[in-house]
Amino acid sequence: MKWGVVRFPGSLDDGDALWALRDVLGQEAAPLWHKEESLGGAECVVLPGGFSYGDYLRCGAIARFSPIMKSVARFAADGGLVLGICNGFQILCEAHLLPGALTRNRSLAFVCDFVDLRVENPSTPFTRAAHRGETLRLPIKHGEGCYVAPEDELRQLEERGQILLRYVDERGEATDAANPNGSMRSIAGVANDRFNVFGLMPHPEHAVEAALGGVAGRKIFESIAGAAR
Amino acid sequence: MSAAAALPGEPKVDLAAARAHGLTGAEFAAIERILGRVPTFTELGVFSVMWSEHCSYKSSRKHLKTLPREGANVVVGPGENAGAIDVGDGWVAVFKIESHNHPSYVEPYQGAATGVGGILRDIFTMGARPIASMDSLKFGAIDHPRTRYLVNGVVGGIGGYGNCVGVPTVAGEVMFDPGYNGNILVNAFSLGLARREDLQSARARGVGNPVLYVGSATGRDGIHGASLLASAEFDAESEAKRPTVQVGDPFTEKLLIEACLEAIKTGAIAAIQDMGAAGLTSSSSEMAGRGGLGVELDLDRVPLREPNLSPYEILLSESQERMLIVAEHGREAELAAVFEKWDLHAVVIGAITGDGRWRARFRGGVVADIPVAALSDAAPLYDRPAAPPGRAPIETRPAAAVARPEPAAAMRALIASPNVASRRMVFRQYDSLVLSNTVAGPGGDAAVLRIKGSRRGLALKVDSNPRACALDPYLGAIATVCEAARNVACVGARPAAITNCLNYGNPERPEIMWQFVRGVAGLGDSARAFNTPVISGNVSFYNETEGRAIPPTPTIAVVGTFADVSLNIKHCFSLPGDLVVLVRTAPPSLAASEYADLFRVAGGALAPIDLVRERRLLDGLVECAQRRLLRSAHDVSEGGMAVALAEACFDSDRGLGAEIEPVATDGDAEAWFGEGASSVIVSAPAENLKAIRDIFAPLEVRPVGRVAAAARLKLGRWFDEDVATLRRLYEEALPGRLGRHD
Repeated sequence: MKWGVVRFPGSLDDGDALWALRDVLGQEAAPLWHKEESLGGAECVVLPGGFSYGDYLRCGAIARFSPIMKSVARFAADGGLVLGICNGFQILCEAHLLPGALTRNRSLAFVCDFVDLRVENPSTPFTRAAHRGETLRLPIKHGEGCYVAPEDELRQLEERGQILLRYVDERGEATDAANPNGSMRSIAGVANDRFNVFGLMPHPEHAVEAALGGVAGRKIFESIAGAAR
Repeated sequence: MSAAAALPGEPKVDLAAARAHGLTGAEFAAIERILGRVPTFTELGVFSVMWSEHCSYKSSRKHLKTLPREGANVVVGPGENAGAIDVGDGWVAVFKIESHNHPSYVEPYQGAATGVGGILRDIFTMGARPIASMDSLKFGAIDHPRTRYLVNGVVGGIGGYGNCVGVPTVAGEVMFDPGYNGNILVNAFSLGLARREDLQSARARGVGNPVLYVGSATGRDGIHGASLLASAEFDAESEAKRPTVQVGDPFTEKLLIEACLEAIKTGAIAAIQDMGAAGLTSSSSEMAGRGGLGVELDLDRVPLREPNLSPYEILLSESQERMLIVAEHGREAELAAVFEKWDLHAVVIGAITGDGRWRARFRGGVVADIPVAALSDAAPLYDRPAAPPGRAPIETRPAAAVARPEPAAAMRALIASPNVASRRMVFRQYDSLVLSNTVAGPGGDAAVLRIKGSRRGLALKVDSNPRACALDPYLGAIATVCEAARNVACVGARPAAITNCLNYGNPERPEIMWQFVRGVAGLGDSARAFNTPVISGNVSFYNETEGRAIPPTPTIAVVGTFADVSLNIKHCFSLPGDLVVLVRTAPPSLAASEYADLFRVAGGALAPIDLVRERRLLDGLVECAQRRLLRSAHDVSEGGMAVALAEACFDSDRGLGAEIEPVATDGDAEAWFGEGASSVIVSAPAENLKAIRDIFAPLEVRPVGRVAAAARLKLGRWFDEDVATLRRLYEEALPGRLGRHD
């Protein structure tokens, strides 16, 4: 499968996503420069983690206006698969390709740690290799990962199964103590209502090798690769 | 005779002006002699920064020359922006540590942030991609009213910059001691990887080669950071020096990293250096000085953040995220195109000349014209008097009268003491994972990084031991090197080279100079014994407030190498039934220990250190790792063996415990809580014991107990506690004292 990983100025985990896809998972993947409009024939576009444009205005707020994002929006409207990780998730929310917004962590501090996530809906292109209720251990590293949305919106997300991942404790319960950033309803990842755009704060690309943080992240990439086939 | 004219309206230059710039009368006279005239105001500023302690190392150079700098693995030694060692398969590791103490005390967030930014530039200016950072932080007493503010600011700044620039922070140390109440230490380390053939130099070459200014525009920030802030002690007015602290922009730094590494690939760069302390002045004069050439700068072409900066301000600005490049003649457009791709300035502002002069032009006139050598090699060099203090500082606190605490209570107190307890609340604020090389991040004995596309790897750790250095600056420095090297060897890597940051008080005081000289001697002796050359470093003097100096604090970072990184060893026990074995070079003592400090008991003097036995311990750990004999190895440090045993049980996934025999009497604080000597706790299958003994002989190798399936820690007959309870004490201590982040 062919992947494109967007490189904004200030993207940081673009190299990690390319490494995970190409070198670890054997996929075909190429960087996409933010000033270009071509997606290079990618079947899945990844918006990577980082601090695009320094995140100086608001996370993701400037990146959404870059030339490549016009193409990404068109691609998504045509049903193409888009995965936003961390800053990529923030950009997708700013671009209104995903509902809700990401605000400062409840602690007001950056947090880098491994967290447990419960797969809430395995019937999507992004989670189909997992099963319902399965726990994935992935790292998070962000200062603004507190997911917020209006109450109606949250209810709709819940009803339509758009909440794909939740922060949980070691028993699989979405407790307040297990919520690392204060996200509403412990939301760690959401999809759009057509289930072709997915954003998550955890970093699956940092959990694809047993010697470096485990292999739970493979589930996400393998789901996507399988879905496109 | 040079010609440089004063600008209209410039302040008068005389001895008083020179003194206000931190120069002495003799130094001012030397400047007049060199120029054959009174310097212009611009020149006075230039001399004051280049001859400052911070830039010239005028008090330390003589002694630093005694350090071992050579080694089979050394590719670049001291003298460039950072040192480099060969780590195999064509890779070189480039690294350095540097202080940002004074700025971080005055303005903790920006001070620490720009400390990280500055050391990163020293690495990528060498052509290496920065892949890991570490920090050594020293704060005042944890209950000092300013400590919480400083911790939050410094940790926030390190994270704010490091996280945004995409370089993981993988290890570090944090210490609290009243000796730093008025002068904290922030020492920032960075390491980069380069292919050997891509290494760059900061030695200018090629008369006529254009000089390119790249990166952020120049503003008024940081003027005199090096001379007035870093090269003088603190007093009541230090707060007023806040404007001398620079402001960091990690986003631009990230662009600069990518653009510089891409520009280097073009082969169009003759020399490159970052504009750090003393900015445009130091970068241009140092590059020309190394090449034995001259340079001429046209200050009207320098990109400015605001109009009407004077030449003095342009030359002395320490605005961040700027680099100076000597381009191969005719290829400047090629370089400019790379920087434009990354939306950065790239402007030709001058050229390399053959006349050995450092010349700056402004609005048609020459405002500075100085022999390059006077700013670099011929800068003042002092052999300052050094003398031990009248009275040995063995015991400064009320001794012995206090009864020793009951041992189980001592254990609980030590586990939660600010210098032992978990640093998770600090390192959780740092991205330790980006770049996908982190095999073992913060929290272990040393960080472990893999090198992609290779079986090889690196281990790194930074350590310091100011309490030991306060008792004996020579032995304390040796103990510090031993500890950093031991931490690296504990994870299974062979210690390969050292970088150091030497933090001391005012070198104009003989007892401080004595501490420094003894510290350098200890560093040199241990580096020679371990065959770990000192390839880069930095000296920070004037760490004093109102006449009170910090404890002598040589900060030592050791980088080790793995031929096969998959053989790395963790510090936690991993299998029930494994033997727990104590390996040590000498019996422990309470001298300079956390126990002595916490319970205000006399620790006594430091014991001598046998470097041959220390070397045996390091070599033995590496050999054990290579032969896969160990399942864990953990250095005994603050809190002694009892605390090290507890830490080895703190692996949340496994939930193991340990049962330790009554190896010493219950009340034997030296044995259970003593530090000083080099001790390591290892665990291994029982059948490996003989091989382990043979490897470490003649050191003491003593089985002391077993790893247990039940998560309890039992120490002799005096301690029996749930691991989860101990862990809670360990984890909750710092958040409890400094404010919670969850």
